[in-house]
This record gives sequence, C-alpha cells and structure tokens, in this order.
Amino acid sequence: MSEFFAQFAVPHPSTLIYIAMASIVLGSIALVAIVTYFKLWGYLWREWITTVDHKKIGIMYLITALVMLFRGGVDAVMMRLQLAVPDNGFLDAQHYNEVFTTHGVVMILFMAMPFITFFFNFLVPLQIGARDVAFPRLNNLAFWLFFMGMGLFNISFIVGGSPDAGWTSYFPLADNEFSTSVGTNYYMLALQIAGLGTLMTGINFITTIMKMRAPGMTLFKMPMFTWSALIANLIIVFAFPVLTVALAMGTMDRLWDTKFFAIGDGGMDMLWANLFWVWGHPEVYILILPAFGIFSEVISTFARRNLYGYTSMVWSMILISVFSFAVWTHHFFTMGQGAFTNSIFSITTMAIAIPTGVKIFNWLFTLYKGKIVVTTPMLYALHFIPLFTLGGVTGVMLAMSAADYQYHNTMFLVAHFHNVIIPGVVYAMLAGLTFYWPKMFGFMLNERLGKATVWVMSIGFVLSFIPMYITGLDGQARRMYTYSDAAGFSTLNMVSFVGAGIMSVSFLMLVWNIWYSFKNSPRDIGSDPWDARGLEWATHTPIPHYNFAITPDVTDATSEAFWDSKKNGVKLFKGEIKDIHMPNNSGQTFILSVFFFIGGFALVFSMFTLAIISLIGILACMGYRSLEDDHGYHIHKEEVELIEKKYEKEGGAK
Amino acid sequence: MGKVNNNVPLEYSTEENNLKIFGFWTFLGAEIMLFGTLFASYFVLEGRTGNGPTGAEIFEIGPVLAETFILLASSFTIGLAIHAMRLGSKKATLSFMGITLFLGAAFISVEIYEFVHYVHVGAGITTSAFTSALLTTLGTHGLHVTFGLFWGIFIMIQIAKRGLNAVTAGKTFVFSLYWHFLDVVWIFIFSFIYLKGMM
Repeated sequence: MSEFFAQFAVPHPSTLIYIAMASIVLGSIALVAIVTYFKLWGYLWREWITTVDHKKIGIMYLITALVMLFRGGVDAVMMRLQLAVPDNGFLDAQHYNEVFTTHGVVMILFMAMPFITFFFNFLVPLQIGARDVAFPRLNNLAFWLFFMGMGLFNISFIVGGSPDAGWTSYFPLADNEFSTSVGTNYYMLALQIAGLGTLMTGINFITTIMKMRAPGMTLFKMPMFTWSALIANLIIVFAFPVLTVALAMGTMDRLWDTKFFAIGDGGMDMLWANLFWVWGHPEVYILILPAFGIFSEVISTFARRNLYGYTSMVWSMILISVFSFAVWTHHFFTMGQGAFTNSIFSITTMAIAIPTGVKIFNWLFTLYKGKIVVTTPMLYALHFIPLFTLGGVTGVMLAMSAADYQYHNTMFLVAHFHNVIIPGVVYAMLAGLTFYWPKMFGFMLNERLGKATVWVMSIGFVLSFIPMYITGLDGQARRMYTYSDAAGFSTLNMVSFVGAGIMSVSFLMLVWNIWYSFKNSPRDIGSDPWDARGLEWATHTPIPHYNFAITPDVTDATSEAFWDSKKNGVKLFKGEIKDIHMPNNSGQTFILSVFFFIGGFALVFSMFTLAIISLIGILACMGYRSLEDDHGYHIHKEEVELIEKKYEKEGGAK
Repeated sequence: MGKVNNNVPLEYSTEENNLKIFGFWTFLGAEIMLFGTLFASYFVLEGRTGNGPTGAEIFEIGPVLAETFILLASSFTIGLAIHAMRLGSKKATLSFMGITLFLGAAFISVEIYEFVHYVHVGAGITTSAFTSALLTTLGTHGLHVTFGLFWGIFIMIQIAKRGLNAVTAGKTFVFSLYWHFLDVVWIFIFSFIYLKGMM
C-alpha cells in the first residue's frame, strides 16, 4: 500500500512545491465549495461543459489560455529570479530543469495554442456568416481532450514529478536512463491527448471554412483572419500526425523498452530531433499566422481603410505555410549533419523572411494611407511592427548556419524566439482580446488602462529580452541554472529580472482592467463599438446563439462586408426569417475525455489494468455515440422573430 | 438534418453528410501524414538491426501474400457493398459488408500468426530499432483494421435496424473510404517493407 502511494510522490520536493501543493488543494476545495454554495453545478454542466456553441467553447479556450499564461509566467519569473544574481540558490539545478521545461511546454501548447483556438472558435463562424462549425460536437470533444491533456501535464509537478528534459525532450536525455522520474511520461501522454484535440480542431475548421461560407463569399473574399485560420488549420492537419507518431514512439521507448531512440540496439536519437521539429517548426507558423490575421483585422479597422495588398497577404501566407515544412533542420545546425544539408536549410529558412517582409510592408502601407486611430488594440499592433521586425532580423542572423555555431544554445537564441513570439503572438492575442471583448461580453475594456498595459508590457519586454542578446553573444548558455560573478553576466541578468517583473505588472494590469471594466463600463455600446469592418460585427451584442437570424448574402460585398453595408448601402440580410436548425448539447464528449485523462494518468505510472479499463470506456463511449440518433432541434421562426424584436427594443444592435 | 437533394446518391443527399464526407477526407489527409511518418521512420531504422535479425531473415512470403489477397479482396467487397447501397438493396449491402468484415478478421488472424512468428524467431518489439519500427508500423495498420471491424459491426447494426437512409448511407460510405485507405496503406507496406526487405 505505501509502495503504491510512494510512486506518486514528487522525487525532488522543495518548499516551493509544498506551497504549490497546499495552494492547489486549498484552491480546489474553495472552488468546489463556491460552486456548490451558489448551486452552479447544473448551470456549469448545461451551459458550459456540454455546450456545442462555438462561442462558448471559444470562451472556455480563452479562460484556459489566460490561466496558463499565469502559470507559464510564474515559471518565467522564477527563472529570471534564479539568474538575477550570480551563484543564486533559489532553485537547484533539477528544479531549474523542470521549470524551463514546463515553461516552454505550457506557453507554446497550453497558452498560445488555446488562445489561437479561442479565436478560431469565436471568430471564424461569425466571419463567414455561419451558424456554427461543421461538427459542433467534435468541437466540444476537441476542447475537452485539449483540456484533459493540459490538466494531465499540470498535475505532474505535484504528483510524480515534472518533466525535466526540455520542451524539446531530446533523446537520449529523455529516455529512462537519464530522465528517471515519470515526468517525461507526463510530457509524452499529455501532449498526445491534447494533440488529438488539436487535430480535431484542424479538421473541423478546414471543413467549416471550405463548406460553410455565406452565399457569395468566394475564397478571395474571405476576411483576413479566416484566411489565416484556414492556412493554420491545414498546417495542423499535416503537422500534428508527425508529433503523434513521435510521441507514441517516445512513450513506447520509455514504457516498453522499444529501441526507436535508444543508444544501443540500432536506436537513433536524431530521429526524435527530426520528427519533433518536422512538427515543431510548422507549429511556430500555426501560432504566428492567425496572429498576423488578427493584426490585419485590427490595423485595417483603426487605419480606417481596407487592408493594403489583400491578395499578396494571402499568397504570402500560403508561401509561408509551404516553407514552414522545409526548414526544420535549422533547429540543429550544430549536430553534425554536414555543410551541404546546413546550406539547403539555411537558404530555405532565410527565404521565409521574404513573404513575412511582404506582410510587414502591407501593414505599413495600410497605415501610410490610413487615418490612424490609436486604440488599445491598435497600440498593440503599432508596438508589434518594430519589435517583431527586430526579432525577424535576429532570426535571419540565426539562419546563417555557419554563424549559428556561435549563437547555438545561448541566450541569444532565447532572446530571438521570445522576440518573435511575444510581440508576434502574445501581442496579437491581447490585441484581439481587447478588440473582440465587447462582442463577447457586451462591454468595453477600459482604454486608459489598456494603453498603459501595452506600454508597461513593451518596456518590460525590452528590458527582459534585449540584454539576453548581449549576454548570449558573450557566451551565456541557455538552460544553465547559475553562473559565477566572474562571467560578467550579473548586471544584464538583473536588468532582465527587473524587466520580467515589469511584464508581470502588465499582466496584473490586464486582470485588473477586466475586473474594473466589468464593474464600471457602460453596457449600452451597441453591436459595433469600434466602427469595424467584418461580418462578425453585423450581428447583435451579445450574439444570439444562432449568430445570424438570416444568413448573410455577401454577393455584392467585398471581404469587408459589414463596412460595405454601412458605407455603401450593400444589403446583407436578404429574405426573411425561417426556422433555424441547431445541434443538441452533449455530455458524452466530456465523459469520453475523462476516460482519456484516466488512461493517460494510468500509462504515466504504468498501471496497465487501469489503462485497459479506460480504453474499454473510450470504445464504449464511441459505440454508444455510433448507435445514437441525434439530429438536433429547430428554433421556430416565431421564436427567432421574438428574440430579434427584443434585441431591437433594447437598442443593442442594428 | 437539413435539406434533402434527390438528384445525388443517398450518402450525398444531406448537407450534414456532405460535411462529414469532406471532413473525413481531411482526416484521411492526416492519416497519410501519420503513416508517412511511420514509413519514413521505418526507412531510417530499416538497416539498424543491432544484434537482432534483418528483414530478409524473418520475412515469410506465404502469410504476407495471404494477407495481401485477403485485404485486396475486402476492398473489392466493400466497393460492392457501396454499389448495392446505391441500388437500394439493404440485404446485399449487409451481405457484402459482412463479407468485408469477415475478410478483415481473417487478415487480423494471419497478422497475429505473423507477429507470434516474429517473436518466436527472436524479433520482438524490443529487439532492435528495426524490429521496433517494423512492428509498430504493421501494428498501427493492424490496429486500424481492428478498429474498422468494430466500426463496421456498429454500422451493420444500424442498417439492419433502420434500413438504408441518408444517415446510415453516409456512415457506410465514410467507412468504405476508411477501408479503401487501409488497403492503400497495405500496398505500401507490401511493396516497401516486405518486397524490398526480401530482395
């Protein structure tokens, strides 16, 4: 019995972890108590957990992303604190390994991914004038699988130990011999389960965009964000299966002693590096392309003109998506693959800068000919352009394979990828969040606080990451948990720590802004508070669950249908209200994903009986679903008319 | 259920089915990447046999040919099932699906024999990188076929109970796509794993 429980103990406990354990237990108890006290279980189950409404699923992704932004941010601050002074003892080497591993995984897969998936869910059906996604129930399942993967990953640091082999989990380091705790099992299985959800999202949104566009919306009339979503989802469908296979092989190597990446018996550790980055590099573009989509929406709205070079924007995204699969080897220029291979991948890598440059120039030309209104979302976009360009330039520096022998595995690299990912992805997500907040919740976020947040964030960002370029060039290795005073990195690392602190303040300001605006912002803002351009603003606020009472017809409009209807009198809603078909909610998907969670947890600890039981549970759920007959329901015409009248009376919309 | 269009085959007659068929083709795109990755890994690890046997030493042409003929035949019979479905014959559809699943089960039986043989001659999944990749690639295909058996049975139950309508026709058609796809994968396994390995 005590042996059974001993396997769940954390192998390297510390005061910090005990505090975390206690706060998680107390927090969970408090949460359950609050939900029970206010009798919210039924509400949560009916309105959220079982929902098939793409807008609500989107908001669940958003909440997950913000919580994970906090968790990954705490990891980041701990690392900067550890490195702030030489010979620091705040974290030991093992904990530092765990912290940088989880920081990477959490930020990429459990913060940035759900954040963009939130935008896919919330925006795409609205932008193409659809009532829902192609497969609403699959959409719910995709969220819960993602959520269970996220949960499995996050319990690792209080049950059994965190992964500690880096977010890339390179073999042979990640094999049992060098990573002895179950942490890497968590990594393999949590990513597998979350990745399944992501693949489902990809299939769902490709089908939605290809098949459910409003009448008259040709591919080259799609709003820019929808284009970016289409391309990102295509990359998802082609890249994620590679990760699936790599993780399966890694899991088998660890659990059943297969020899894929082993040191002896013919195993090949470089196979992992190749497979990981064949997925991992396109993954970067899965994140950045939707971010570009958001910036395109924001910049055209607040430059008060249509986006410059629409067609070139689309083609550059298509080109980027193709190139993204041809550059993975630049992640290991120094691992001995020879000059010829390095040269090929060096050139393809630099080539990506061309279509990306095209996009930057398009935004600049949009601004140049526009009447700029500086709102919070626009301020994010205006900060993004110079900061991201700096990151792009250092990216081209890294793309030179010969020079990479100097930058390799130093803080220079760390500075580079944060310099593209934070101004690129995080700024876009926050810009989009502020921009679409009124559409989601019916009130605006405070503009003064919002703009102050952007400035504080940018100052914090520059202080955090620019010093890393310098210490990196001076030879400070990444993943090194401490250094001596003689190395001369002390001052710049202290500056970085101060920067990280300032960035944390900006996060708190965002949270405060949400609370403050929830309390104080006016609620009678109408459906189009920004004077925006896309179809997503053509419906009421808050959005009725059927999105549009009449399916919009954009035959006479451009990619900015709503703008055309406001300024040029194009009629979008033709015909009259009819019965609307809607899907039913379902709790099966949640139950199915719970089985996935249990199965994943069982495999982490090699409890195979439990794993088989949960496999049977999974198959039983699928069988039940197969035999079920569920065709949804209809909202009758009279009911829709009643709802529409109510909106008109309250003046909430057009 | 949406509008019903009577000018197209039953499985394409509703909007919902059209979405599902398109979505399934997209899923097959992901499956191509999945098997493509397995094949690529197999080719990388093919010669890395460590102290274990090579492919030429363990492959047996007999069972492999049997598997190939059985699976190709099942791809033909699922085609006949779809043909029968379009002609509106519930009984013939069910019969051909039954034959398909029977052949699938026969395929799995031969594959199990084959796996037992590999383990018996000292080529278990932990022997070398080559055997790990071989058994994982074959096993992934085999698991897909096994999953297809369960899936097919559930569809047959529905056809038997509810007859051929837009819903069951759509499910049967999607299943047939899946089954054909597994056959295509097997042709690659046959050509590039077995034939190449034995030469």
